[in-house]
Amino acid sequence: MNFDYSEEQQLLADSVRRFLQNKYQFEDRKRIIDGQGWSPEVWAKFAEMGLAGLPLPADYGGFGGGALDLMSVMEAFGEALVVEPFLPSVMAARLVARAGSEAQKRALLPALAEGRLRLAFAASPKGNVVGAPPAGKLVLQDGGDLFLIDAAEVKMKPYRTLDNMLAAEIDASGLKSERLSGNAETLVGEAVDFATALACAEAVGVMKFACDATLEYLKTRKQFGVPIGTFQALQHRIVDMFIECEQARSMACLACSKVDSVENPADRARAVSAAKIRVSDAARHVSQESVQLHGGMGMSEELKVSHAFRRLTVLARQFGDADHHLERFASL
Amino acid sequence: MDLNYSAEELAFRDQVRAWLAASLPAELKDKGHYSRDELLAWHRILAKQGWVAPAWPKEWGGTGWNLVQRYLFEEELGYAGGPPLIPFGLSMCAPVLLRFGSEAQKKRFLPRIYHGEDFWCQGYSEPGSGSDLASLKTKAVRKNDHYVVNGQKTWTTLAHYADWIFCLVRTDPTVEKRQEGISFLLIDMKSPGITVRPLILMDGAHEVNEVFFDDVEVPAQNRVHEEGRGWTVAKYLLGYERMNTGRIGESKRQLAKLKELAKNKRNDVRFRDRLSRLEIELTALEITNLRFLDRMRRTGQPPGADVSMLKIKGTEIQQGLTELAVECTDPLAGDEMSLALQKKYLSMRKTTIYAGSNEIQRNIIAKMTLGL
Repeated sequence: MNFDYSEEQQLLADSVRRFLQNKYQFEDRKRIIDGQGWSPEVWAKFAEMGLAGLPLPADYGGFGGGALDLMSVMEAFGEALVVEPFLPSVMAARLVARAGSEAQKRALLPALAEGRLRLAFAASPKGNVVGAPPAGKLVLQDGGDLFLIDAAEVKMKPYRTLDNMLAAEIDASGLKSERLSGNAETLVGEAVDFATALACAEAVGVMKFACDATLEYLKTRKQFGVPIGTFQALQHRIVDMFIECEQARSMACLACSKVDSVENPADRARAVSAAKIRVSDAARHVSQESVQLHGGMGMSEELKVSHAFRRLTVLARQFGDADHHLERFASL
Repeated sequence: MDLNYSAEELAFRDQVRAWLAASLPAELKDKGHYSRDELLAWHRILAKQGWVAPAWPKEWGGTGWNLVQRYLFEEELGYAGGPPLIPFGLSMCAPVLLRFGSEAQKKRFLPRIYHGEDFWCQGYSEPGSGSDLASLKTKAVRKNDHYVVNGQKTWTTLAHYADWIFCLVRTDPTVEKRQEGISFLLIDMKSPGITVRPLILMDGAHEVNEVFFDDVEVPAQNRVHEEGRGWTVAKYLLGYERMNTGRIGESKRQLAKLKELAKNKRNDVRFRDRLSRLEIELTALEITNLRFLDRMRRTGQPPGADVSMLKIKGTEIQQGLTELAVECTDPLAGDEMSLALQKKYLSMRKTTIYAGSNEIQRNIIAKMTLGL
């Protein structure tokens, strides 16, 4: 038993945090959102730091890392509210790595690791796909089959999600495409669990930011001549926010550890669903309380905490909300 | 990061589990309330095995186990469903004696605590002093080689079983800082002038008492640490052995029993989801608990104030489990089993109040961890 990140994992997380603190401040993020919605420079830097290749197999330019290796990175992304569509690309890449032919893997994975290519996953030929616009190829599920298609050939109507992620309404019906081998349901189930575990880690990062920012506000905001953090009614509420965050973190650790180590799909799914239920509940609690304790300022577009609220609102439901996972948890 | 126990740790757990399965008498399992004899019977079985006080120094009977082994042992002990090990002697009075007691006090009391010869209780709360413990009024006046104690303690758990009580008393009412006028006394419950009166709680059980002190003479040699330093002693105890306040093992056992009980509610989705959430909360708390343990092991530091969250969450879970168990019974039931489940729910309301109410735990985290 050991809850420490390895030295490599810690060094990586430190360098990601350092980069984000220097180049991905709230104002930088705003510029990216107001621009094309993602940043090629930032993506190049992610690739340079080895993030793009981290979860890819070593034979194809990657480092063969798992969810535990990405966990601290996702937390750091959460803290900075990163809008680059990293997780969608990681998830689709996992499908290529597992179901692609030798030629497909040679063609795509090294390019992904080097940051020259992005992928996204579409669960059906028509639908909403996060990360579709900057993706070069889409991994498309059509019933029991998986296909690889050129993003350029797909009809796309780009938009931004509630939390400012770049997405598109796609229509890929009738497109000629390359097939990936294997059972789509099993493969996608595994990839979604992997991505869900990482989304849990990301949500923990956002919650950490929301808790820290709220604590800071309680210490500085004065009313009735004293910092509002001296009021017990507010102290107990922020303590509960921190406890929620810690309980969610514990479950994110469990989910990331299980998607890496458990071979039995039911055990893996049960752990991931348990984590997503707990993280979704915590995300709702922490986001709502962080805005409430900030008072009117929490509503303001200018404050990062309102963007954390938007992100947590989406993350609580992305990859299935608590009700969805309660259903699955009970069925396993 | 690796959430799994090592092979050695698992082997240790299996050894403990096997011993408990073989050594815990069936008639002592899963009883809501235990007599003094039952409590001491189990205590003595563990003492004979050498496992009754794992955390003590080896010279006094400790096992020399590391943090993880101690945690695993406590979890297995809870999961086995035997009588609780009453903490007042083993994990409250003893650590105080080990840290602040004289050699004579250690020699006199520790072996008797270890072997279950003395039953201890705790004299902290008073009618006017609950969460604000430092306002306590029970006074002890020095007269030659003894103190004369007058006053009242309340909510005194198992005082009616006890041979001894350790008490916080006021030895100096004149100091400006009220914490500085408090001393820590060990008092023989057979002393003339002590009256124990039961307080029956809403489940009908006799667990707690009022203890009255009327000119009780206590030898000065029964004072632990210096006069006026009782608050230091009490604070030391607060930080000691707080790693099991989550009661994970015990709650796991209750969860398993609840699932058995709720078998015919399988199609009740509303109930099912609440049970799932509770189970997940317990899983999360177990990992949170292990994270604290791992931090202690790595840093060599005692747990920080944030360990209070284990008490908060652990007691909420314990209450939640009994609440769901009640829902498996007929509200108008009269059979013994249903009433026992319902009374357990009544009884468990105490958990978020005792040992520093959950509101006090939140105050502690707010002040010590968050700096508010």
